[in-house]
Amino acid sequence: MADDTHRAIETVFRIERARLIAGLARLTRDVGRAEELAQDALLVALTEWPQTGVPRNPGAWLLTTARRRALDALRHARMRDRKHAEILRQSQDAEDVPAQLDAALDDDLGDELLGLIFAACHPRLSREARVALTLRLLGGLSTEDIARAFLTPEATIQQRIVRAKRTLGSAGLRFEVPRGAARAERLASVVEVIYLVFNEGYAATSGEDLIRPALCAEAQRLGRILAGLLPDEPEVFGLLALMELQASRFAARTRRDGSLVPVTEQDRTRWDRLLIRRGLSALARAEALGGAHGPYALQAALAACHARAPTAAATDWPRIAALYDTLLAAMPTPVVALNRAIAHSMASGPGKGLALLAGLEGLPQLQDFAPLPAAKGDFLFRAGRLAEARACFRQAAALTRNGKERDFLLARAAACGGKNRG
Amino acid sequence: MRVMVMVKATEDSEAGRPPTQELMDAMMKFNEELVKAGIMLAGDGLKPTSAAKRVHFDGANRTVTDGPFTETRELVAGYWIWQVKDMDEAVAWVKRCPNPMFGPSDVDIRPLYEMEDFSEVLTPEIIALEAKLRKEVGG
Repeated sequence: MADDTHRAIETVFRIERARLIAGLARLTRDVGRAEELAQDALLVALTEWPQTGVPRNPGAWLLTTARRRALDALRHARMRDRKHAEILRQSQDAEDVPAQLDAALDDDLGDELLGLIFAACHPRLSREARVALTLRLLGGLSTEDIARAFLTPEATIQQRIVRAKRTLGSAGLRFEVPRGAARAERLASVVEVIYLVFNEGYAATSGEDLIRPALCAEAQRLGRILAGLLPDEPEVFGLLALMELQASRFAARTRRDGSLVPVTEQDRTRWDRLLIRRGLSALARAEALGGAHGPYALQAALAACHARAPTAAATDWPRIAALYDTLLAAMPTPVVALNRAIAHSMASGPGKGLALLAGLEGLPQLQDFAPLPAAKGDFLFRAGRLAEARACFRQAAALTRNGKERDFLLARAAACGGKNRG
Repeated sequence: MRVMVMVKATEDSEAGRPPTQELMDAMMKFNEELVKAGIMLAGDGLKPTSAAKRVHFDGANRTVTDGPFTETRELVAGYWIWQVKDMDEAVAWVKRCPNPMFGPSDVDIRPLYEMEDFSEVLTPEIIALEAKLRKEVGG
């Protein structure tokens, strides 16, 4: 029974934790301190709630408790400097009207949570630090979980988080939602961090540690939270649409041996209809807000082409090719260019694909990139140029580091006929 | 994990008695919280079973009955689909829900089957069979 109560309290805390830290970070301007204060508040709850029951608004209770502790500590520190004095004064104003606290909480918590998200994804931090801090503060993942998910030693992650907190502290952040010109750049960083988390999980296959797929779930949750808090930001909905649509294919994208199934060969009955519906509606929202040409919305639109096609044969390749044309303008990377060539080969035949590839083959970034000769092999195969196709598949097989993919490419080489060597 | 959270029917909901403005407001606020917490995937309210039909299966026979149905407390009046970390989290959120009905009422939380639930028990043969069946019903 006591265990049940404990667990229930810890669950409430888990739900409130990020918002609690957000509120406290704004008060103390120190995330590390905010985390400690939140943890202290949990300890108080664990002693008091079994007697009093869980309060009606547990988030407000925890925040009030933690604030009180923070203020006591500040008083003890005798207001060493003006910053503290000012914080103390502001806080006391709020403290004098506890009735207002409840209402203020309801209004501000979303805003405070956003402030914390923006802080964790601050451009002043390295990309790795942003990702680790976001998972720690917003996702509530332990450093051990994060280390496992990123196949990195725990000490490294711990260091990364400690240093990131220090950087944020010395930057004198107010943990507020950026306004004006800075906002777009800061939001782009938030969106990028969430997608990095998603991708890290998405790249994992079913045989691997379950923590990695859990990253996808966490990224989707963060994306949904962000969409709930920023209902007018098109790129947030583009990101959400992209994640929901990609996640809709989870069950269908791996074989039992862990190898990946290309989207056109997947069993579409296994696609998750609810996620597709959510993805398409998020995409519609992004487009309605004028964000159709954002990089995430464009990628979501590509995923939507597959989601909408009842069969692989019914895929709207001309539309996919056109979307890649637009995406290449927004994201001029060699990989997008390669995918664009593949899309055009599907829309207008292998000749078009080969013509577009010709412009990419000299690029240094694609020099040892297995998908390039693999795509070329496929175009040549479809054009009936089997001997050349076989050479490309072999070249791709020699380049890939993935064993399953190598088997697949060698099988394709063999299917080209001719003499079989090495 | 995903759960379906089912609001069970009462005599009032089956009679189509509309909720008070106060309850509607509270429910809207709760739904907003669910969205902002990132757990809400879907949700709808259902019309009373006076608008429903039931298809009864017995061997090769199919018999259709019109609502309303009598076992009121077993009926569902509305549902959500939530993405949560575990059942504890789902319970904690349901506890925050305003009482959706006029009198005493029940809300059931049912975990959905997920891919992981099958990975241990399913043999390739069963999977192939399932894929075939899915194809036949036209997925």
